[in-house]
Amino acid sequence: MIGLEHYLTISAILFCLAIAGIFINRRNLILLLMCIELMLLAVNFNFIAFSRHLGDETGQVFVFFILTVAAAEAAIGLAILVVLFRNRRSINVQELDTMKG
Amino acid sequence: MIFGEFTAAAPEITLLIMICVVLIADLFVSDENRIVTFWLTIAALAVTAWSILATAPAARTLLFDGSYVSDALSQVLKLGVVGVVAVGFLYARDYLRQNALFKGEYYILGMFGLLGMLIMISANSLLTMYLGLETLSLSLYALVAFDRNNADSAESAMKYFVLGAIASGSLLYGISWVYGMTGSLQFDQIAIAVQDPAVNSMPLWFGMAFMIVGIAFKFGAVPFHMWLPDVYQGARSSVTLYIASAPKLAALALILRILVDGLGELHEVWQGMIMVLAVLSLVVGNVVAIAQTNIKRMLGYSAIAHVGFILLAIFTGTEQGYAAALFYTLTYVVMAAGAFGVVILLSRKGFEAESLVDFKGLNARSPWFALMMLFFMFGMAGVPPWVGFFAKLNVISAVLDAGFPALAIMMVLASVVGAYYYLRVIWYMYFDKAEDRSVFQAGADTRLVLSLNGLAVLALGVFPGSLLALCIQVIQAVN
Repeated sequence: MIGLEHYLTISAILFCLAIAGIFINRRNLILLLMCIELMLLAVNFNFIAFSRHLGDETGQVFVFFILTVAAAEAAIGLAILVVLFRNRRSINVQELDTMKG
Repeated sequence: MIFGEFTAAAPEITLLIMICVVLIADLFVSDENRIVTFWLTIAALAVTAWSILATAPAARTLLFDGSYVSDALSQVLKLGVVGVVAVGFLYARDYLRQNALFKGEYYILGMFGLLGMLIMISANSLLTMYLGLETLSLSLYALVAFDRNNADSAESAMKYFVLGAIASGSLLYGISWVYGMTGSLQFDQIAIAVQDPAVNSMPLWFGMAFMIVGIAFKFGAVPFHMWLPDVYQGARSSVTLYIASAPKLAALALILRILVDGLGELHEVWQGMIMVLAVLSLVVGNVVAIAQTNIKRMLGYSAIAHVGFILLAIFTGTEQGYAAALFYTLTYVVMAAGAFGVVILLSRKGFEAESLVDFKGLNARSPWFALMMLFFMFGMAGVPPWVGFFAKLNVISAVLDAGFPALAIMMVLASVVGAYYYLRVIWYMYFDKAEDRSVFQAGADTRLVLSLNGLAVLALGVFPGSLLALCIQVIQAVN
């Protein structure tokens, strides 16, 4: 029988994968954006599992809002990426280090 | 009122309507007449401020099934953010014009960010809070990247975006756990649910820890501060002014609503985490600021140190502490707006007054504005009788009354260390020879507002009584 704990575990694994992806990845910014999306999806997983467990729809409504915000966030992230590429001709994470101190 | 049962939400509704009006009007304005957009924006903010005052309900009012609250705290904070954003737009006007950045988008994004702040301030559920926060953050990411031919702006926007998105993700993950444990998203219902010992247990604390990480990111508290100096430095000065001022008030609302209204019962659990964040922020902010040569970056580290003070005031968990935090944030925002205002006005076409040495001999060039900068620096350093002194004194006495003398001593020491880098700016302005002879170039209205801003920092310090009484009254009305 698959219970609440299994869903929460999957969600925690996804969340950790996303965090690890963000901090380990040192090359490509697009991968970073994908990891951010993965993080939000892990949260959605959590919300749906809890919502089902509690028998309360609020959590599922929250997921719709998160999906919408994630779309807007991806749009802005990609727009900044394009601006960055036009100025630097590179989307390498390691080259984002001109400011120090 | 025309909004019927939604009258309590009139500020947000009014502002949204005005944004749409400005957005459409801006389409028909040519580049030479862009000043029309600016004045329309100022008019929109004035109407919003009026609607906050005119529709303020006498008692705490809940709307939208309890997702939205209008109380004394929300009105004070809303008036604060609207005022500071308007002043910031005024300071930035000539700077934007000289740098070919005088575009309608700046004002539209700024107003959408303001809308997000108003929503955050009035949020009474985690969902409303999240939506307000994202409205603010998404506008800020775009604003930082606003100067699209500037590689530094793009780089800092990317850093801000990635770290901000991680913060939102962490906050959301925490929210999902708190929702799962308490079964509700509304702060008052969460506050009731956590009184049950079965709910107030490890999984709830786990979720709360993630939420605090998210809040600390947004506030810029150490060790989640990495984005802050880079964004302050990389963004154009007009945008830095915006980020450095009003969003701090919204962040205060975020922490007060979530940790006090919602999870106030768990005070002893979150107290330790907030203390670590606050102490680290105080130490790292003040010490690293000394090593900076870029004034925007220096003020960024100074902001981190001020966040340490605000967090320590929250840490006490007393009404006195919350009132001190409110007083501190309100006055800090006034000083930060003024200090960045001077930085902006000192810049000219093709020249950014970013370096500390650019302030050398300012007294010989523009004595009045050197005096204003002196007011802001003394205010931030906490020299009496400027207002920063009373703000710091309030926080320190709240911490002492809560029974933490060691922390109070540490705060005094950190302030003494911090005074060094503020006084260095004053030294440059008054006792060093100028390297260039340029003087302030600003419109009469900008000069007037900057002077009023500087004098307010002094006046509030000499007569802090009424603002302090207001803060205490507002906090008592909430609890």
